[in-house]
Amino acid sequence: MLEIRDLHVRYGGIQAVQGVSLSIARGSIVTLIGANGAGKSSIIRSIAGLNKTISGEIFFTRHEGEEPASLMGLKPEDMVRRGISLSPEGRRILPHLSVEENLYLGAYSRSDRDEIAADLEWVYSLFPRLRERSWQKGGTLSGGEQQMLAVGRALMSRPDLLMLDEPSLGLAPLLVREIFEIIRRINAEGKTVLLVEQNAFAALSVAHYAYILEVGRVVLEGSGRELLENPKVKEAYLGG
Amino acid sequence: MSLDMFLQHCFNALTLGSLYALIAIGYTMVYGILRLINFAHGDILMVGAYFVFFGTFAFGWPWGIAAIMAIAGASLLGVVMERVAYRPLRDAPRISALISAIAVSFFIESLAVVVFTGQPRPVLQPEWLVSEWQVWGGVRILRLTAFVPAMTAVLVGILLYIVYRTKPGLAMRAISKDIETTRLLGVRVDNIIAFTFCIGSALAAASGIMWALRYPQVHPYMGIMPGLKAFIAAVFGGIGSIQGAVIGGVALGFVEIMTVAFMPELSGYRDAFAFVLLVLVLLFKPTGLLGERMEEKI
Repeated sequence: MLEIRDLHVRYGGIQAVQGVSLSIARGSIVTLIGANGAGKSSIIRSIAGLNKTISGEIFFTRHEGEEPASLMGLKPEDMVRRGISLSPEGRRILPHLSVEENLYLGAYSRSDRDEIAADLEWVYSLFPRLRERSWQKGGTLSGGEQQMLAVGRALMSRPDLLMLDEPSLGLAPLLVREIFEIIRRINAEGKTVLLVEQNAFAALSVAHYAYILEVGRVVLEGSGRELLENPKVKEAYLGG
Repeated sequence: MSLDMFLQHCFNALTLGSLYALIAIGYTMVYGILRLINFAHGDILMVGAYFVFFGTFAFGWPWGIAAIMAIAGASLLGVVMERVAYRPLRDAPRISALISAIAVSFFIESLAVVVFTGQPRPVLQPEWLVSEWQVWGGVRILRLTAFVPAMTAVLVGILLYIVYRTKPGLAMRAISKDIETTRLLGVRVDNIIAFTFCIGSALAAASGIMWALRYPQVHPYMGIMPGLKAFIAAVFGGIGSIQGAVIGGVALGFVEIMTVAFMPELSGYRDAFAFVLLVLVLLFKPTGLLGERMEEKI
């Protein structure tokens, strides 16, 4: 579904990503794992069109059987129209808008009213807490609720590829479990998921395939289960 | 002072305040989205007034048609201004955009002097607007004095509907807090910013057209003082807030008219009141009446 070949990203004068190639299979959950500064976010932001100083190739095939289309040089506002949606790091909820307005903003690229209403219903069924708070301002939500809103908002464009940048950051363990349970559910309903995480254990547990990054390079890849068992991964990312 | 006199002053204050408010809205909306003080905003008002002058005198259009065409023309100018002078500097330091704004202002004024000449010109006043109207008892005002606040209320109503009840309005409110995230959600930010300039310029032109009815002449520098004072009104109300701009504009109208009414000996300092107000606001409540705390201020 998504193919990245030899991606280089410069970010603030440093080479944040140095020749990464990876691929995401349709219907899977793929995760990028690594420490701070390993280049995970740079990759996901490049796919979303937020980094300008990049080179390499990114190909995306929205529907099965289509010709892969290059994403290089596209603007971020074009991505949701091509079926790619990003829930950014730090949630980036619009604090002065209501929960429902945040969600409607996620569907900004669409004009099919009935379908939008149906997707709003779906998001509310995934996150019942958001329905209860639909009139509250985004800024008044707790961290966990804001994360749910960020994921829900990203779903409102009805993406085929959902990208989540550090969805568990700063959340209590119970909430982390809840978020990952929902990621699994979203995937089961047919969405391909690209997940960037520092919480390696949780991410590897849900992922079909994973890439481990160190200073801008892929150092290890494999299925989630394989990497959970790998002694090097255990030592470096899973606390022995 | 008699009650009749006082009421008459109130009407005048409301009219002047409405004119300030319409201009202030453009400053505040552009600032809210781009953190830019669009110093050329006052000149849009002048251009709007000139368009009506040419529409009525050169083309012989009725005043109403000329006013609508002028508002459309001035909106277009606002959009062009953003495209040419501000968009290329979107990612530059704010001071660069500010300098660009001052340049645009000088450019429009100089161009107006060349094209329209510096000669002040009289303005056509529709009969029905300049006839007297007896509100009650001894309170007699020009119909214009009631027309301006009424028109302002309608325009502000439409504006609030757009901002709070439509999709582009939702996008505007989102951009004002976080451009990058709003783009990620699929909003074509460039179009929304152009739309914002379009609305702000339309309101400034509406104000300029009515200004030219009240002080019936047009000249190339007529936008400077109202522009500066409306900017002060926007700061007073809390820059970035539309409601604040309206309140600030009306408040400034009352300050000016009432100070002169109650202390006629100070009328020569009339223009200075606004600036005294600005200094006081910046000293004691830099965020204005309804403004939020902003990290950077120009």
